[in-house]
Amino acid sequence: MAGPGADMQWCFSQVKGAIDDDVAEADIISTVEFNHTGELLATGDKGGRVVIFQQEIENKNLPQFRSEYNVYSTFQSHEPEFDYLKSLEIEEKINKIRWLPQKNAAQFLLSTNDKTIKLWKISERDKRPEGYNLKEEDGRYKDPNSITALRVPVLIPMDLMVEASPRRVFSNAHTYHINSISVNSDNETYLSADDLRINLWNLEITDRSFNIVDIKPTNMEELTEVITAAEFHPLHCNTLVYSSSKGTIRLCDMRESALCDKHSKLFEEPEDPSNRSFFSEIISSISDVKFSHNGRYMMTRDYLSVKVWDLNMENRPVETYQVHEYLRSKLCSLYENDCIFDKFECCWNGNDSVVMTGSYNNFFRMFERSQRRDVTLEASRENSKPLQVLKPRKVCAGGKRKKDEISVDSLDFNKKILHTAWHPQENIIAVATTNNLYIFQDKVN
Amino acid sequence: MAGADGDDSLYPIAVLIDELRNEDVQLRLNSIKKLSTIALALGVERTRTELLPFLTDTIYDEDEVLLALAEQLGNFTMLVGGPEYVHCLLPPLESLATVEETVVRDKAVESLRKISQEHSPVDLEVHFEPLVKRLASGDWFTSRTSACGLFSVCYPRVSSTVKAEIRQHFRTLCSDDTPMVRRAAASKLGEFAKVLELDYVKSDIISLFTALASDEQDSVRLLAVEACVSIATLLPQEDLETLVMPTLRQAAEDKSWRVRYMVADKFSELQKAVGPEITKNDLVPAFQNLLKDCEAEVRAAAANKVKEFCENLPEDNREQIIMTHILPCVKELVSDTNQHVKSALASVIMGLSTILGKDNTIEHLLPLFLAQLKDECPEVRLNIISNLDCVNEVIGIRQLSQSLLPAIVELAEDAKWRVRLAIIEYMPLLAGQLGVEFFDEKLNTLCMAWLIDHVYAIREAATCNLMKLVEKFGAEWAQNTIVPKVLGMANDPNYLHRMTTLFCINALSEACGQEITTKQMLPVVLKMSNDQVANVRFNVAKSLQKIGPVLDNNALQTEVKPVLEKLASDQDMDVKYFAQEAISVLPLA
Repeated sequence: MAGPGADMQWCFSQVKGAIDDDVAEADIISTVEFNHTGELLATGDKGGRVVIFQQEIENKNLPQFRSEYNVYSTFQSHEPEFDYLKSLEIEEKINKIRWLPQKNAAQFLLSTNDKTIKLWKISERDKRPEGYNLKEEDGRYKDPNSITALRVPVLIPMDLMVEASPRRVFSNAHTYHINSISVNSDNETYLSADDLRINLWNLEITDRSFNIVDIKPTNMEELTEVITAAEFHPLHCNTLVYSSSKGTIRLCDMRESALCDKHSKLFEEPEDPSNRSFFSEIISSISDVKFSHNGRYMMTRDYLSVKVWDLNMENRPVETYQVHEYLRSKLCSLYENDCIFDKFECCWNGNDSVVMTGSYNNFFRMFERSQRRDVTLEASRENSKPLQVLKPRKVCAGGKRKKDEISVDSLDFNKKILHTAWHPQENIIAVATTNNLYIFQDKVN
Repeated sequence: MAGADGDDSLYPIAVLIDELRNEDVQLRLNSIKKLSTIALALGVERTRTELLPFLTDTIYDEDEVLLALAEQLGNFTMLVGGPEYVHCLLPPLESLATVEETVVRDKAVESLRKISQEHSPVDLEVHFEPLVKRLASGDWFTSRTSACGLFSVCYPRVSSTVKAEIRQHFRTLCSDDTPMVRRAAASKLGEFAKVLELDYVKSDIISLFTALASDEQDSVRLLAVEACVSIATLLPQEDLETLVMPTLRQAAEDKSWRVRYMVADKFSELQKAVGPEITKNDLVPAFQNLLKDCEAEVRAAAANKVKEFCENLPEDNREQIIMTHILPCVKELVSDTNQHVKSALASVIMGLSTILGKDNTIEHLLPLFLAQLKDECPEVRLNIISNLDCVNEVIGIRQLSQSLLPAIVELAEDAKWRVRLAIIEYMPLLAGQLGVEFFDEKLNTLCMAWLIDHVYAIREAATCNLMKLVEKFGAEWAQNTIVPKVLGMANDPNYLHRMTTLFCINALSEACGQEITTKQMLPVVLKMSNDQVANVRFNVAKSLQKIGPVLDNNALQTEVKPVLEKLASDQDMDVKYFAQEAISVLPLA
């Protein structure tokens, strides 16, 4: 794998999605996810659609133009529904997509909206049957009396067709909104988490799931925290973590008991009293948790920072990165325009040396862990010429603004990057702005 | 099939063939299910050269079609030309064995196992064994999992060189990268061990077994427990201690509750497989630990096995082991914090009385039964009551009856109707064991009270219960105790209760016989035909239809017929309908 992310130069590769400024609600991208080889990249949107891009085979003649992603399959994963018992509309928005490890020539992914998880199969077909007994190829019926011999159809090659078919629907297990799904390393089970509960499913069984975590108090008025994200350990099938709106992460060992209400580890950093404010609790809420590929660390994202925790140390994170510290003085207005509740996600690069997460103004941040270096980049149409190198951006927090710096006050809070993904092996990243998907790659010299 | 009429007989087959690729899944499925008809019409040669190649490539289809296809192909040997050509079936089954849907793969493997028996030893090595190898070294885990199920069918029938290769393949799959394959291998380990020579069981299987039993994935380790049963059965007693027991001990104390659960769940099988000596020395303490496990699921699984485990203990010191080692744990479980554990125990604990005999039962078990009869969880009480017959044989039910009664009454009045329903279902059994006097004195009122329960399911079950009681205690008892009460309800102001009278009559008439039905029940039914509520009136029609066969012809003609005719001209549509139906069914003409 190529060198670390921060001192590396990133260049534009592709942008997907409409150019015009008025954005249709349904086109807003709500999740981005590479599969395990990085050959496929899936996005989900608020309109309930899943779009899968496939990496083209590298062009030997043009090494700098490696690996473009092109649309492979598009399908409607979820439709809007109405729960008549509770008089609730169920949005079709795709909250999460998770790829399953490949099991045969077809690909499988789980997609979920607020209530229902679906398992999709994406498969290719390049042959079609030919030859009927009772009709001609063009569909005209033959005279039944003219049949003198039986004809068995034969399969002939045809243009490649990609089909997406729903294989399983896992429904009716969540009272609250599903925020996470995660496939277990045993390849047999997965979890789904909503605000108060985590359920464990077998991938082949849709009519039953086991509730393994339930933090719902008997009296809902005593509710003080909700589950914000949950994930299985990448290697240990018995370990899962879930994060809460109070900024804590609980690690559960499923070996100990069937119900994981009692956590085996609690990761929590004591609050810095000097930073205490009305907003402390809101901004400490964790919006995403991700294990590193090697399983040693996990990363959490709260409103202002990214933290990396060593699974063996519960009392504080081993690394803390400020994503946009300059917003600390703006929390009041961010509260008023609801931005403070934005749920930013975060991701690791393939060898866990760099972490990436999004910010406002279509900025996204990368932190190179060993060098403690970071960079701010922008996803924008303006620098979207092929192979154009992205210029690092700087935000000026106050005082005198230097040339090339952007003032905090001129940041556009409507442009936010919540979802990013990093190719599991290569330095290729996918960054979702509101309704566009940008793909960047490292500069190949 | 030649000549002019050939066309006629070809047509249905032509339709079937065309529908193999119809857009409607149901039609494709129908065609696949008639695949033998198609093959028969095509003849063996065209089946081999045209139909099978087509089927081999149709693995894009829906699961249910593929499942049907996989099943059909297992019975296709004669249709491709007999055992000589059976290997032609391998390609389609091979591709079916790699699809992602487990049920389809399993069916394909089942069919492959079936047709493997139809291969000659030579064909098995030339065609079948290479297929197993291809699957075993396939790129995707789906094919490798399928391979795991095929080793044991070809192993006994191949040469020793090929045998060595098969063992090697199995070894490789046991340490496969994906847990799916290791699980498949672990679940077939016992089966494969059975066909291996004993020396190889000791040298190969044991090491694989040990490795799988300490796999990092819980789901693999727990399958090794199952294999443990078959492996232990194969080995001579003297080798068990060194080859199997270390692994079994480890599994019983595994860090993961799921593995310990599996040990508890398979405990009786394990006990039989390892024999009495090891049971005494090893399994008794292991079982004690499982009964005291920190995870309720494990305790419940172990509690379920208490009776079976005790029954299978060596007889010479069975009583002593139970009294000193098992019973103390059982006593603790009676007051377990988890109701599933308690109810698992309650479903088997009564069985211990037969093993321990009268004196021990009275002294040690009876207090436990009584405690469980007072348990806060209705399921526990129900489980005790449903197994009363075991105790009855040993100490007689009288010992229990004083505690039994309050328990029954409480369940009979439980706020949850499903609980009330459950106890009603045990009433005939209880009545049989407690005897008619006790029943009349204590339980009869309950049975009558259920008839006016506000839940229909309870009223319905209560009527059915009365019928069973009458079958047990006889018509005379019915006439004296329940019939008057049932008929009394016919004047109830609540029309639902009046209808209950009719439902009871429907249920009881046959058991009570012609005399009671004609003299006591019929007048009441006939009188109710003037009821104000239409629902009651049409139920009168239905009841008359029901009890008609019990009545004599005279009553039918003189009493039933006029009433039904009157009802047949009722204002209400439903009343008319059911009256007419009764008239047409009964022999009234």
